[in-house]
This record gives sequence, structure tokens and C-alpha cells, in this order.
Amino acid sequence: MNKPLRRIAIFCGLLVFALLIRDNWLQYVRADELNSHKYNRRVTIERYASPRGNIIVDGKPITGTTATDDTDYKYRRTYVNGPMWAPVTGYASQAFDANQLEKLNDGILTGNDDRLFFDRTLSMFTGDKKKGGDVVTTLSGAAQKAAFEGLGDKKGAVAAIEPSTGRILALASTPSYDPSSFAGYHDKDAKAWQALEKDKDKPKLNRALREIYPPGSTFKVLTAAAALEYGKVTDINAATKTPEPYILPDTNREMVNHARNCENATLKYAMEVSCNSVFAKLGHEVGRDNMVKMAEKFGFNNGEIDTPVRAAKSVYDRNMDRPQNALSSIGQFNTNATPLQMAMVAAAIANDGKLMKPYMVEELRSPDLDVLEKHEPEEMSQPMSPRTAQLVQEMMEAVVNSDNGTGGKAKIKGATVGGKTGTAQHGELNKARPYAWFISYAKTDSGSPVAVAVVVEDSSATRDDISGGGLAGPIARDVMKAVLDSKK
Amino acid sequence: MSVVTNTTTIGAIDLPSRRNTELALLGFAVAIAVFAYANVGLAINGELPSGMLGYGLGLSLLAGVGHMAVRRYAKYADPLLLPLATLLNGVGLAFIWRLDQSERFQALKTFAPAASKQLMYSAVGVALFVAVLLLLKDHRILQRYTYISMVLALFLLVLPMFFPAVNGAKIWISLGPFSIQPGEFAKIIIAIFFSGYLMVKRDALALASRRFMGLYLPRGRDLGPILVVWAISILILVFETDLGTSLLFFGMFVVMLYVATERTSWIVFGLMMSAAGAVGVASFEPHVQQRVTAWLDPFAGWGKEAASEQIAKSLMAFGSGGTLGTGLGQGHSDLIGFAANSDFILATVGEELGLAGMMAFLLIYGLIVERGVRTALAARDPFGKLLAIGLSGAFAIQVFVVAGGVMGLIPLTGMTMPFIAQGGSSVIANWALVGILIRISDTARRPAPAPAPSPDAEMTQVVRP
Repeated sequence: MNKPLRRIAIFCGLLVFALLIRDNWLQYVRADELNSHKYNRRVTIERYASPRGNIIVDGKPITGTTATDDTDYKYRRTYVNGPMWAPVTGYASQAFDANQLEKLNDGILTGNDDRLFFDRTLSMFTGDKKKGGDVVTTLSGAAQKAAFEGLGDKKGAVAAIEPSTGRILALASTPSYDPSSFAGYHDKDAKAWQALEKDKDKPKLNRALREIYPPGSTFKVLTAAAALEYGKVTDINAATKTPEPYILPDTNREMVNHARNCENATLKYAMEVSCNSVFAKLGHEVGRDNMVKMAEKFGFNNGEIDTPVRAAKSVYDRNMDRPQNALSSIGQFNTNATPLQMAMVAAAIANDGKLMKPYMVEELRSPDLDVLEKHEPEEMSQPMSPRTAQLVQEMMEAVVNSDNGTGGKAKIKGATVGGKTGTAQHGELNKARPYAWFISYAKTDSGSPVAVAVVVEDSSATRDDISGGGLAGPIARDVMKAVLDSKK
Repeated sequence: MSVVTNTTTIGAIDLPSRRNTELALLGFAVAIAVFAYANVGLAINGELPSGMLGYGLGLSLLAGVGHMAVRRYAKYADPLLLPLATLLNGVGLAFIWRLDQSERFQALKTFAPAASKQLMYSAVGVALFVAVLLLLKDHRILQRYTYISMVLALFLLVLPMFFPAVNGAKIWISLGPFSIQPGEFAKIIIAIFFSGYLMVKRDALALASRRFMGLYLPRGRDLGPILVVWAISILILVFETDLGTSLLFFGMFVVMLYVATERTSWIVFGLMMSAAGAVGVASFEPHVQQRVTAWLDPFAGWGKEAASEQIAKSLMAFGSGGTLGTGLGQGHSDLIGFAANSDFILATVGEELGLAGMMAFLLIYGLIVERGVRTALAARDPFGKLLAIGLSGAFAIQVFVVAGGVMGLIPLTGMTMPFIAQGGSSVIANWALVGILIRISDTARRPAPAPAPSPDAEMTQVVRP
């Protein structure tokens, strides 16, 4: 009877062996996948098991943590002035996961990041509770406040950048939401979340980064830069030989001007009053491929602009025909840009042609304030020569300062301001209310500390360029002034 | 079992009894369990648990009583079985206590601490273990009760059909405040019946056969018993909707039949019949179908099927443990919710002790089975051999079915992990099972009686001071 007994022994051994293999498969091979599975609540429980680190602006936290009496989640996220900062922080909710900085820097904020291993080990011995690290942002409280209050109850967005470094100074979006309102997981949190989801104004949308708008006439500064860079215009004060009316190439469609005296206008004058015909003609002369090249140097068609929150892809169509390219050159047809993208355009011009990569996380800090990671400014591209940039600056400053310029409302005492207005028509047959745009920068003797792009949706403006200056201009001015004042 | 009365003044040199090895290992097992208990307290409350002394003393007492009983009544028994069982039982208690500490469970209205109760059941189990050693002087006595065992086992198996289903499976009978899982006891009793029956019939089953395509086909009338057992296990599956018990009994029978007859054909028949039975029943029994669907894709039924969700939660607990685990008391295996401390207790082991701890547990179970098989090999009588392999085979199959179920290797069944899972019937029955194995191993390892001394031998004089 011993031979079958030995075989049964082998059989039992195989049963145990099968279990061991399966266990290795589960706990070694598939461990990460199961550990981060979307149904695995341990991730969220861990996120709120200890006080979460903070997001810092101007040395002060704009987030907080409060203890709960819950068995699952020991702590809950709170926000200081949540609606104003929501486009920066994003949210961290017990029921609805997290996004933006809260999500991207989750490891640091919860204290689980590998770089905090030493702190964790140390607190194990000292008996302290695990703590999260902090995320220090580049934002300016004053600029953000000016942007958020300037937008008020209008729908729109503001993005402001420091041109010489790419530091993001303001990132506002309205209507906004309070991430505290659904930070928990109770019924009221679910209700608040659902109300936001259903709201047709999309308050959760981060318009400054994640929404693309037709840039309208603000795109003309890019076309002007391309015309100068590719030698289509050498003197901004020379007549451009533009007929009136200008007929779009290969069509018999007339390019309508909302401004006067555009026939043979100089580039500078065309910029001041925003002549469609002049810029459509120049865009056509530069040609589609060169226009695409120029736009891409500024960041268009790039789906990976990470601040670290990823911005939506701004578009300058690569495959359109000649009349479409002419229309695109004045910011119509398929051309679309995020407010951040247009702020980048203004920033590159203000920075004498050099585009810095925009970022909003200055450094990551451990709970005991050691710097774990510091962000250094990084050059993204050089879309134009300093000479071209200075010429474009001269024209943009004329838009603000000259008598017939459209951007007069952005003037600031004690600083030089250059800007460009825009009113983007959109919707079927351009019936929808236009978007009012304003992009600008401010300059002092020590360089340019701020470039800003403002867009106001659904404006009740009439369809001329003054509306861009009228609605969006004052907001841009306030943001620039806030930055200038804080430098003093 | 005759007591050797040696008239020579210098006796034959005794074979080592290994009792001191057993004692040392027991000390080790108790120490690990107490350490685990302390670890849970430190991790959850930051202090040594107040019940630690009582727990340590209780477990030491149980181990000590078991050891003394073995020393006194089964001197030559296998030295590993008792320490392994004590280790599993002790650490299992620490795990159950750890789940008692879960705030998530304490918030439930139905919450009742289970650890102290389980300690009591363990004491009853050890008492039964001692009783087996005390009363069962020779395992061959059991052979007398072959057919009584059959009747008793059938009775125990059929009994749960008359009680309401608990969570979809009819494996419980409730007597007042207690609910008993008769299947756990039936497992042992039916092994006694199979051993007695097969010992008598093995020659007929093995020899009277025809050869066909390399296999020995049994005669039609010899197929009777296997068909009856198969039919019973199918009936269990249908009426009690319990895949595990059904598989356990049929598997045990096939193993014992194979050992008794040494005919591979029985294994082939057994596999074919169980496959046919399982597929047949699964085709119309919704409870079984549900379990199979849950096994094939546990995450697909999230939020819809409780059965799928439970397996998915169990898998996530294992995955979250990773290689080294979160440490005792620091995991979230209580998220599994229902049955976390019984059927799913291995998920807690997996999450808190990690892959390393799980492998250790699986190897300890493997080692118990190995000692059982070794006992069967060493046993000198066919009844003992059959009983030992039957019990250890059943133990192995149970471990495989439960652990495989919670790890998603096979469809989940309603059985509990021997010794570590919460549940009185299981721990008591398994202590009895270990008692019987120890009894057989004692008989097997006991030195053969020395030849009668020659009357002519010269007496050696020893002068004692």
C-alpha cells in the first residue's frame, strides 16, 4: 500500500504548491494592480489616515485638515477660500478621489512618497504620527485675488505668468466651486457633488487650463511676430499694401473689418485698431506651414504642457487650405487656445522672444521643511528674435497708449503696459455671445514681472474690439497692478 | 499494545520518544502566538493588551495539557503534529482578536467579540483531543464501528437539509444558542467508515477487473460503492448547495480507494465522475453558478453580486499585503466585512503578514499533511494506513479548497480554514482529527515488542547503592 501512499503524498504536495504559486501571483505579480484598484478603498483610507500636508501660497497654507469622528477616514480636507483657489488646488474628496495638485502630489501630501521614507522611519521611532509634506506654489495671493474678484460673477478665466521664469502667478476660473463642499463622503457631499456635475455652467471646469477658446484678435500678435520673423514686414510703420475690401485667397469672400482706415494701413496702426484684413493677408503671405511652425513654438498643438497640471491642447490647424489659414491668422476658424496659452504668448513677447516653461509648483517640502524638490525655470523655446519681440512690444504698447488704440483701459501709472484686445465670435453663424479677450504684460525699468491673459465668456458685448478692452482689460490691469504693487 | 515486561534488569535501549523535542517546539509555538497577540495590541492601541497574561497562560495551559496527555498516553507519537496545531490555533486566536478590535466591526449592531469564545472552543477541542488519546487506546478499535460510522456520518450529512440555509448554503444546524457544522465531524466519522469498508473489500475491488486500454476496469457490481458515495456527494451539492463538503467527501473517498486498491483506474473514474457531477449540477443550480461567475471575474460583479464583491475584496486584501504585509493590526482586511474572521481569515493573514506570512502558513498546513502521510506510511496495519491517509487527504483537500477559494484559484465554497478560522465545530473537529493521527503515529512508531528473553540467559547482577 505504500506506493499509492507516496503518490498521494505527491498529490498533496502539488495542492500546496498550487496554493503557493497562486499566492505569489496575487501578492507579488499582481500586488500593485490590486493595491491601486479603483474599488480598493485602502488608497482613500490611507490618504486621510493622517493630517494631510498643505498647499502653500505666499508662505501661507490655502488648504487645511480637520479631524473627523469617522472610523474610515480620520481626517478631512478643508480649504481657505476654496472657490478662489480651486483652479490651483483641485480637490481631495473622501468619496470622489482627487485631482490637480491634490492628486499629482498625493504622495508628498499624504507622506507616502519614497522621498519621505526617512521621515516616516524616524517618526516610527519617535512615536510621532505620520505627517504629509507641503507643496509650495509659485502663485501670488494678491494677483489671484485681483483675478478672481475681477471676474466676479462673470464666466471666464485668467492666467498670469512671470515672463522671465514661467512662474504662474494667477490661475482663476469662474464660476468656481468650493472643494470643501464635497470633501467628505456623506449624503451632503454627494448632493453637493451631483449639483456641481449637473450645473450647466460647469463650475468644476478649470477654464484657465482645461478649456480652449477661439482667441480672436489676440492671435494677431502671433501673426505680427510671424510676419516680422519671416520678413513679410520689415518696417512696422510702412504701409502694408492691403486692399479694401480684402478678398480671402481662392474665394470671393470678403474679409470684414470692424475698424476703419484699414486700407494700406501700417502694421502698427492695424494692431492698434485691430484690422482683420491686414492680418489675414499677412498670415496668408507667411503661409500655413510657417504659421504652424510659429504657433507651435509658442506651445500650440502641444498636448503635454504640464504645469504640472496638464493644460488642454491649444490648436492651430496643420491641414487647412489657404483661405482657412488666412482666417486662422486672425484667431478664427479652427484656432483655439487656453487662457494659459495666450498668457504664454504675451509672456514670450514681454521676455524679448524667449518662452519660459510655465509651472506652478516652486518646491516640495518634507514635514520638517526640508526641500525635497525644487523647480528651476526652464526655457521652452525661442519663437522670435529679441528684435522682433521689441517691435511687437512697441505695437502692443501702442494698443494701450495711443489715442485710437483699443486697450486704453489697461493703462497703469508708473509702468509700461502692452496689450491686445480680442472679441472672438463663435457658435453657429457667430450668433452666440462673443468671448471678450485681453492679453497684456506690464514692464518696469527692471523688466517685465507679469504677463496676463483674460477671457470673459458669454459677455453681453457688442461685436467690436472695444468690448475685449472694455470687459477683460480692467481685470488684466488689476492683476498686473497687484503684481507690480507686491514687488514694491 | 501489550506492555513489555522485560525480565532482564538492563532493558532494551528505548527508541527516542521525541517528547522533549515536542515540548520545545510547543514552547516555540506558544511564544509566537503570544508575540502575535502583543503585536496586535501594540499596533492598534499602542500598549500591550490587557488580556495578554490570560491569553498566554490559557494557551500555555492548553498546550501543556495536550503535551502531558501525549507524554502519558501516546509516548511515541509524532512530535510535530501537536506543536503545529497549537501554533495555528494560537495565531488564529490572535487574528480573531485582531479583527475584534476593528472599529468598523465594532460600529455594527451585530458585532460580538469572538476571540474569548474561540478560546473556549479551543479548550473544548483540546479536551476532545485528550479524550481521544485517553479513551482510544488503539485505533483499530474503531474498525469495529465501521457500519455504525456509516449511519452516523450519513445522519450528520443529511441533518442540515432540515435547517434553514445560512447565506445560501445549508451546512449548519442550530441548537438553541449554538450552531454546529456537522460536516466537520462527519469528515472524521466517514473516514472511519471508508477505512473499515475498504480494508475488507480491497482485494475484491483490486483483483476482479478486466484490462481495457491500459486501464483496469472494475466489474460492474464493484462499482456499487463508488457510485453510492458519488451520488451522496452530488445530493449534498444539490440539497445543501455546498460545493466544498461535496468535493471533500468525494475526494477523500477516491484517495482512499486508490490507496486501498492500488488501481490508477479509480482515480480516472473519480475525476471523470466528479467533473461530470460538478458540471451537471452547475448547469441548473443558481447558487453554484453564482459562485462560478464570481470566480471567473470577481470585479465584474462589483456592486451587484455580494458573492463576487466578497472575492474581489479578498483579492484586494491579498494584493494590498504585498511581499511583507502591512504588519499585524495595520491592515484593512475588515473591509471584507461579512465572514472576515471565519471563511476569509486568510485574507487578513495575507494582508497583514504578506506573501511571506502566507507562504509560512501554507507550509505549516503542508507540514501537518506531510506528518499525516508519514504516519500512514509508517502504520503497520491497513486500517491505520487507510484512516491516516484519509484524514490527512481530507485535511489537504480542505486547505486547498478554502485557501484556493479565498485566493480566487477555484470557486469559493463555504468551508473554514482548519484551526485559524473562527468557528467552534471546525476547531473541535480538527483537534479530534489530530488526536486520531497522533494515536495512529504512536502505534506506528512504538518499538516492536522485544523477543521473549531466553530463560537460559544468565542474570546480570546490578548492585544499587
